[in-house]
Amino acid sequence: MNQRDPVQTFLTEAEDLLTRIEEITLELAPDEAHGDRLNELFRAFHTLKGSGAMFGFDAVAGFTHHIETVLDQVREGRLALSEELISLILRSKDQIKALLEAAQSQEPPPAAAGTEIISQLQTLLPPTGTMQPKAAVPPRAPKPVTADPPRQSYQIHFRPASDLMTSGTNPIALLNELRALGDCRIAADAGRVPPLEQLQPDQCHLAWDISLATNQGLNAIKDVFMFVDGGSEIKIEPVAAPAQNLARPVPAPAARAEMPETSAGPAKAAPAPAGDPLARKVSAKDASVRVPSERLDRLVNLVGELVMNQSRLSQVAALANLPTLAGPVEDLERLVDELRDNVLGIRMMPIGATFSRFKRLVHDLSSELQKEIDLVTEGAETELDKTVLDQLGDPLVHLIRNSIGHGIELPEARVAAGKPRSGTIRLAAAHAGSSVVITITDDGRGLDGEAIRAKAIEKGLIAAGAKLSEREMYELIFRPGFSTAKQVTNVSGRGVGMDVVKRQFEAFRGQIAMTSEPGQGTTLTLTLPLTLAIIDGLLVEIGPDQFIVPMSVVTENVELQRADRDRNNGRNVIAVRGELIPYVRLREAFAISGGEPDVEKIVIARQGEDRVGLVVDRVLGNHQTVIQSLGKFYRQIELVSGATIMGDGRVALILDLGGLVRMAETQRNRTEATPWVPGLDHSISNIRQKTTAPGSLGALNKNTA
Amino acid sequence: MSTTINETGQYITFKLGNELFAINVAQVREVLELPQITKVPTAPGYMRGVVNVRGKAIPVIDLRLKFGLPSTPDTVNSRIVVLELELDGETTVVGGIADSVHEVIELEPGQINPPPRIAMRWRTELIQGMGKRGDEFIIILDINRVFVSAETALLETAAAEAPALPAA
Repeated sequence: MNQRDPVQTFLTEAEDLLTRIEEITLELAPDEAHGDRLNELFRAFHTLKGSGAMFGFDAVAGFTHHIETVLDQVREGRLALSEELISLILRSKDQIKALLEAAQSQEPPPAAAGTEIISQLQTLLPPTGTMQPKAAVPPRAPKPVTADPPRQSYQIHFRPASDLMTSGTNPIALLNELRALGDCRIAADAGRVPPLEQLQPDQCHLAWDISLATNQGLNAIKDVFMFVDGGSEIKIEPVAAPAQNLARPVPAPAARAEMPETSAGPAKAAPAPAGDPLARKVSAKDASVRVPSERLDRLVNLVGELVMNQSRLSQVAALANLPTLAGPVEDLERLVDELRDNVLGIRMMPIGATFSRFKRLVHDLSSELQKEIDLVTEGAETELDKTVLDQLGDPLVHLIRNSIGHGIELPEARVAAGKPRSGTIRLAAAHAGSSVVITITDDGRGLDGEAIRAKAIEKGLIAAGAKLSEREMYELIFRPGFSTAKQVTNVSGRGVGMDVVKRQFEAFRGQIAMTSEPGQGTTLTLTLPLTLAIIDGLLVEIGPDQFIVPMSVVTENVELQRADRDRNNGRNVIAVRGELIPYVRLREAFAISGGEPDVEKIVIARQGEDRVGLVVDRVLGNHQTVIQSLGKFYRQIELVSGATIMGDGRVALILDLGGLVRMAETQRNRTEATPWVPGLDHSISNIRQKTTAPGSLGALNKNTA
Repeated sequence: MSTTINETGQYITFKLGNELFAINVAQVREVLELPQITKVPTAPGYMRGVVNVRGKAIPVIDLRLKFGLPSTPDTVNSRIVVLELELDGETTVVGGIADSVHEVIELEPGQINPPPRIAMRWRTELIQGMGKRGDEFIIILDINRVFVSAETALLETAAAEAPALPAA
């Protein structure tokens, strides 16, 4: 399975190119100088066309040719880059994508949209009449010209890097392309060809000196060498007197021979790889390797098992208490830790690619809604596990749609409110401990507290007279069945509420919080785990059962004395440095039998602004936790987010803080609702004991009777 | 409608109370003695917890409770049947606790009758057919369907009939 299907490689590359095309296009602004970007854009389309034709995607190649032609005109300065053209480029990109998808699924290509784009592109072209359509498929058709530029002679020296052919470039093809540009004389320099016994057939030992007289301009020549790596020597010099020079032969040094049409020297012997620009990226230039993600996942799983086994070994070694064993086990532990970090590091990807998706979204939606919106991104280099990134896209799209749809006002309204015409959505990512925090900030109208309130009352989520803190108000937005959109638009209000978004985030242990300032805008803060595979956990014990609290949420551990607990009389709150923190007695919540120790531990954990204490029997310490999903059957269980296999083979559950916080809140609301009477015990366990012991009461009555 | 059986298949048989059930071996990965089960708090009673099966945490379901039979304590004969289910197009592995697991049998289509429509204690849509071996009846379960809905009890009137369990 090492040899990947080249068509598959092309499709992967094409996807990258299309993404890049979109990125560049969105950066282009009308009527500005943008030499490099334009060149890159042109190259990207050019590669798509060439490789597309090579792998039989003729529809793609044919279509791409048209956009390439127009771009070339822009590059030559004959055509201005208009807003219209930018949007045509974007649509072309979509069309190419659609063509590729159609080809993969064996469906007829969506031709109608393509024809329309092509005809629009053609109306943009200068009406000189010289723009006759050319065969689309040949990789490099002669450049279109509008006027007849003067012929110019060039002296070209081309010494390819010796490994040129291994990157898939065929020098003969390059020379043939030069020939197509005009009158051309090519002299090969065989001076560096080694003796036969030392000759490496897959290396290029030749160099060429070329005299070329052409009216296609310098760019056309440069295009020929567009895909030649930096390791090659390429000199292109205009020769002063045009055209006539050509009559004179190139001065030939001793070892130089006029190149016969057919002789390719060692190049012939090369196992000509299937073509030009595609294989280039694989070359050593950027020294990166493409690996299918399933293989990485397999690697991560293996490392997970290794970590598990290693903790088992450590446990055995600790029991054996052998100094000779302890040393190597410790070394192994260190190595495994390092291996784990490195392997997980491979799966880390910058969030930038996800961000750039949204540029298009903002561009399209803001024009659809006649709003003016700038998207500012920060921290695009912040890295996250690919599995997290993959799941992040959809909920983020929804949140940004919301910001565009509900948050940012129309330009007139903004001006009236004394704000700049165009709104700004800021999308920022940054590391914070073992989490990544993403903030989405808009400078729109902010949340309308009264509207939220009215809606919540209408939907029966709160009582009419309920007093809500600001934060509780925002919490309402995340409740099922809540949506304040007055009209259903294409943008938001598709029935997918914020509750779904919240659940999507929580599915991969992300958290979401919201703040808003009326008239100033709204900020959404998303806290995401770096990885979903292995986390640092705090191992705690309640009776015989062990649980893992993700270390990323733990802030501190404090003791809970039985006396303190009793003094609080069932109001489960503890004062930690002057702040009252509600706690959940996990023994009760999980209905674990047995008595608690005199001194229990409270693990204080933080979720967003909330802090909650988790009461356990013992805190056992740090534990490398390989996360396993509990699957469908336990999806409804809010308090547990996953499981892990312990060193001794037992299964420990990973606690879900979101669920525990909700539990603590309902518990607090309940205790707050019942007035606290001194001497009366409100704790759940006591109530339960009293209500479930009718037999003993009966016995008591009998005795007294 | 349950799928009809028209080719010879191998079935693993197990007992819940006095009733003999069968599941096609294609859906059974292995049969294990009861390991230590980690309880999942706040889960419904029939979801007994999770176990470690070869390094993977697998949910375990008490088939008795799932089928609406009264709970009994585990015995030395209790086994976990590790099942591979097709739920919503995904393969899900789940363990089911049976009172005892017996043998793998072969049943030809001729030995299997469609479930009777009346006078059944069990809900017919969850049953692929009634196998007959000697004078013994075997209930062949459509195990995917059994697990599709969380509430499905196999007993037609689970609540009413739960206390008494005479052999049918």
